[in-house]
Amino acid sequence: MTRPGHPVIFASTLAVLMSLALGVQLTRDRLYAQMLTENRLMYVTSPKAMEKVALSYDSILADVYWVRALQHFGGERLKEGNGQYDLLFPMLDLTTSLDPRFVVAYRFGAIFLAEAQPGGAGRPDLAIALLKKGVAANPEKWDYYHDIGFVYYWNLHDYKQAAEWFGRGGDLPGAPWWLKTYAGVMLARGGDRQASRQMWFQLGQTANSDWLKQTAQLRLMQLAALDTIDALKRVRDTYANRSGKLPESWDQLIAARLLRGVPVDPAGTPYTLNFATGEINVSGYSKLYPLPTEPAAAPELAATAPK
Amino acid sequence: MRVVAVIAINVFRESVRDKVLYNLVLFAVLLMGVSYLLGQLTAGNEIKIIKDLGLAAMSLFGLFIAVFIGIGLVSKEVDRRSIYALLAKPISRQQFITGKYTGLVLTLLVNVTVMTLAFYAVLGAMAWKEGAWFQPHWETPALDPALLKAIAMIFLQLMIVTAVALLFSTFSSPMLAAALTVGLYVVGHFNADLKHFENVVDSKPAVYLARALYYVLPNMAPFDIKAQVVHGAAVPNGVLMLNTAYAALYILALVSAATFIFIRRDFK
Repeated sequence: MTRPGHPVIFASTLAVLMSLALGVQLTRDRLYAQMLTENRLMYVTSPKAMEKVALSYDSILADVYWVRALQHFGGERLKEGNGQYDLLFPMLDLTTSLDPRFVVAYRFGAIFLAEAQPGGAGRPDLAIALLKKGVAANPEKWDYYHDIGFVYYWNLHDYKQAAEWFGRGGDLPGAPWWLKTYAGVMLARGGDRQASRQMWFQLGQTANSDWLKQTAQLRLMQLAALDTIDALKRVRDTYANRSGKLPESWDQLIAARLLRGVPVDPAGTPYTLNFATGEINVSGYSKLYPLPTEPAAAPELAATAPK
Repeated sequence: MRVVAVIAINVFRESVRDKVLYNLVLFAVLLMGVSYLLGQLTAGNEIKIIKDLGLAAMSLFGLFIAVFIGIGLVSKEVDRRSIYALLAKPISRQQFITGKYTGLVLTLLVNVTVMTLAFYAVLGAMAWKEGAWFQPHWETPALDPALLKAIAMIFLQLMIVTAVALLFSTFSSPMLAAALTVGLYVVGHFNADLKHFENVVDSKPAVYLARALYYVLPNMAPFDIKAQVVHGAAVPNGVLMLNTAYAALYILALVSAATFIFIRRDFK
């Protein structure tokens, strides 16, 4: 007969209680999964209040908020079109208030904010606000001027502003030589695909993280796909002129000896041809989908551009 | 001097017996665990985050040790009535207080030293994993010797906190001493607000009182150079030297006050 306090009784009691607790937990997680996984809450939203509360632990708290911002961004991005990035800016604002020198938080944060929905928050205005905060905290850092110029160029298609910020960044000591040339490129060839290619190439070359390098690589592949789509449209039009109707499939273009095979995008996925409208695009299954909205040509600037 | 050393070594031994050094294991596990997880959690900047975490953990663990051991340095001896046996020996009360303080500082020194070694080991391992001691996109090298400046300032801060805890330990209960010490530590980080109190209130006397408190209360904020060091910003040697001088004088004042109160205490 075992007595109370005996190790066997203790271990058995513990095992039973823990099993019951586990069972309750599993039931709760299953029944209320939606409610329990919702973590859309920021207890402190004021950067000033947080700076005070942080005492001397502001840097580590900035790291915590940065990781939270990344998790929030990643989590919402996975919702495939239903993502809500409303906490992204407050989190980045807190992060950069707690650590005003947190370069990555400004630079990556701006990309997350500026990226069009569903891949990002679609808020280039907030991206610029965040980067301007970075400029105010670190006026000597040309990277932020470059990024502001880039958001104006790529997301807002405002070449005049882009040129101004590239120019201001280029004037800073230590800025790379090519930054100053961007200002000229903006005024001369705003919206030009070749200009975009140069910028993404340069960004990929100078990127200091794998993530940014991969983003630049993806953009370059998308620009290459846009080039190919333009060439394919010319082939389609040739076929239409010859036969008097739009091609219904790639096979018809191959049979007409206008193409050698089914064209594939730089990611290896075949392009799609809409047989009703003749529209050519990358497939929805391609990792290049959706293609970016290209900066449109800026006639008013192009008119004043040097020949 | 010998008496002070004997008391100090006994305080250190007691803290070892109390398993205080177990926090070193926790520190090492925390750093290694987080360095492993960071690769999955963040996009770049792992080295910066490990540096932030290591310095913050050193400061926080040290703070817990300084407060929770410091508050019991004297009151524990009184509660256990071992104070009678001690004071019956040829030990002056001044030597007793100085020895107790030195002992806890020694414990903190051992702690901070071992944590520093573990910290550099983890940073070294991360740099080795990255394949370089310095990458162009890092603001500072992985094994940046400037980190030692921040660690030295953390240690000075802990020495002040220990002196504050010791002072409260000489005349109040452990609970009250803990609350007062933590309170002063927190206030010590808000000191800049006291200096510029005129921005908050219009009352002249309140402004003068706040200004007086600014100079009397321990000013902890200037010791916090963690962010500057991690980002590779310059920390002038003058700041380090003035911080050291301030800490030495403030500690001397606190230990003198603790000694004064302890000498006047009646243990009948």
